[in-house]
Amino acid sequence: MYDNRVSGYLYIAPFLIGLATFTLFPFLASFLLSFSDYQLQDPVEQARFLGLGNYTQMAGDDTFHGSLGVTFLYVFITVPLKLAFALFIAFVLNFKLRGIGFFRTAYYVPSILGGSVAIAVLWRYVFAGDGLINQVLVWAGGEPLNWLGEPAYALFTVVLLRLWQFGSAMVVFLAGLQNIPTDLYEAATIDGAGKARIFFTITLPLLTPVIFFNFIMQIVQAFQEFNGPYIITGGGPLKSTYLLPLMIYEEAFKYFNVGYAAALSWVLFLIIALFTIIAFASAKYWVFYGNEREDGE
Amino acid sequence: MSLISTPRRDVAWIGRFSALLRYGVLIGVGLIMLYPLFWMVAASFKPNHEIFGSVSLWPQDPTMDGVVKGWRTGTEYSFATYLLNSFAFIMPKVVLTVVSSVLVAYGFARFRMPGKQLWFALMVATILLPKSVLLIPQYLMFREFGWLDTYLPLYVPCAFATDGFFVFMVVQFLRGIPPDMEEAAVIDGCNSLQVLWHVVVPVIMPAIISVALFQFMWSLNDFLYPLIYLSSVGKYPVALALKMAIDVTEATAWNQVLAMSTIALLPSLIVFFLAQKYFVEGITSGSVKG
Repeated sequence: MYDNRVSGYLYIAPFLIGLATFTLFPFLASFLLSFSDYQLQDPVEQARFLGLGNYTQMAGDDTFHGSLGVTFLYVFITVPLKLAFALFIAFVLNFKLRGIGFFRTAYYVPSILGGSVAIAVLWRYVFAGDGLINQVLVWAGGEPLNWLGEPAYALFTVVLLRLWQFGSAMVVFLAGLQNIPTDLYEAATIDGAGKARIFFTITLPLLTPVIFFNFIMQIVQAFQEFNGPYIITGGGPLKSTYLLPLMIYEEAFKYFNVGYAAALSWVLFLIIALFTIIAFASAKYWVFYGNEREDGE
Repeated sequence: MSLISTPRRDVAWIGRFSALLRYGVLIGVGLIMLYPLFWMVAASFKPNHEIFGSVSLWPQDPTMDGVVKGWRTGTEYSFATYLLNSFAFIMPKVVLTVVSSVLVAYGFARFRMPGKQLWFALMVATILLPKSVLLIPQYLMFREFGWLDTYLPLYVPCAFATDGFFVFMVVQFLRGIPPDMEEAAVIDGCNSLQVLWHVVVPVIMPAIISVALFQFMWSLNDFLYPLIYLSSVGKYPVALALKMAIDVTEATAWNQVLAMSTIALLPSLIVFFLAQKYFVEGITSGSVKG
């Protein structure tokens, strides 16, 4: 509405300064650090150029390979499950039921609290040897399990914490569902379409922009998970929950190998960037935006 | 949608059955999800042996022991100190985030300028940029500034709209508002800052509240940044105090730690229930309207 470019730039000036200082500069600095042998305790001037040293070290680092594998496993399990579950519950909630507000709140609360240390602490006690889950198992006549001591179970508990927070994705799905004009459903019903057909030809296609949004956000967040595994399992047992962000943190702030940690963080960045680019590039094949509906079927 | 179900009366029982099924699913899932929270609150008022000994929620032998000892903490500070520490950096963080996000979003939404597309795209890109790739150089930078073991690294960046998500949220909200009123104010002789303050801010209040609430919650949950920047226990926020508590009291005093966790979650819960609709509006504004 205003054509005054000087005031326009004045308004976005805070962002431009922040972008340069707290985002672009650190971003490039970590790229440079990733080619150095810099140690946290040294003055920055002492950093030596290593070339690709950190990256070749990664190629032979079993801890890194394990961490990378666990990270992919964690993301590939949590993201589809969380989205499917969020969509399913949103779909159930979207029927005109009494008390929908109550259920929406009940499901949303965990996603508000879920990232906190308090909930991670709770998780640790719920899955502890004599914690809630094992008490229930014994009460139901089962055997208690070593949730936090067995690699497979430990990853499962950390995965479950993320699934528990499906509420925010669900709220977005629900808003998307409620945005679908009801006359489309009416027209389809009059034309004799069954429920399944309506779901696959109307609901799902019109929901794809929201699915796309949720998918991107979930991928980006899942690759960065730190609090849950750090508090609940500390990355163990046998590094079975040692996600890349935990490894980056420990390399930098526990072992002081800043150069190596920076290289690891760049690998994580490239992985996330790759997934984001693939998602955006594929969007034109499966994401339907409103105005394309005309030339559709 | 009730519109989808067949309206004929002879199959009405199918509708009733499926409604029953839906309620069954909703209640079942809800109970499983919320049970750990109830268990945590109940355990805060149980003696330790009872936490391990029974699955029942209601304390048979209620005691304030866990809450009192948890509040005292095992350290030289009480839990009040940690709560106040949290607020000491969260309040400036929230205020700076709101002010910078509104100014920047106003610039993006209402001004024509060269290069805007590029800056806007970069802003959206920062939302997707993993924080760990910035973590180490930011730490080194703040160490050079002499800001370690202060709250400055935690909130100063917020003055520069570093959370693209919030700017994006306000921009989306502004785009949904026709600029008629603002144009009228310009004709009446207001400059753009006066328009922002007198016309725009009152209209975008819901978005501003959403930004403030989300930043409050997320900052309360934030753990990694305080972990690397703060070293004196006297400056620890709640998140670090809790981590310290499980490292120290682990084996024995579950009721203390669970009571501390319950207290730690109270500010978030209270704020959430007071302002629920802003959360729902806030989280959906970026995704559905856009």
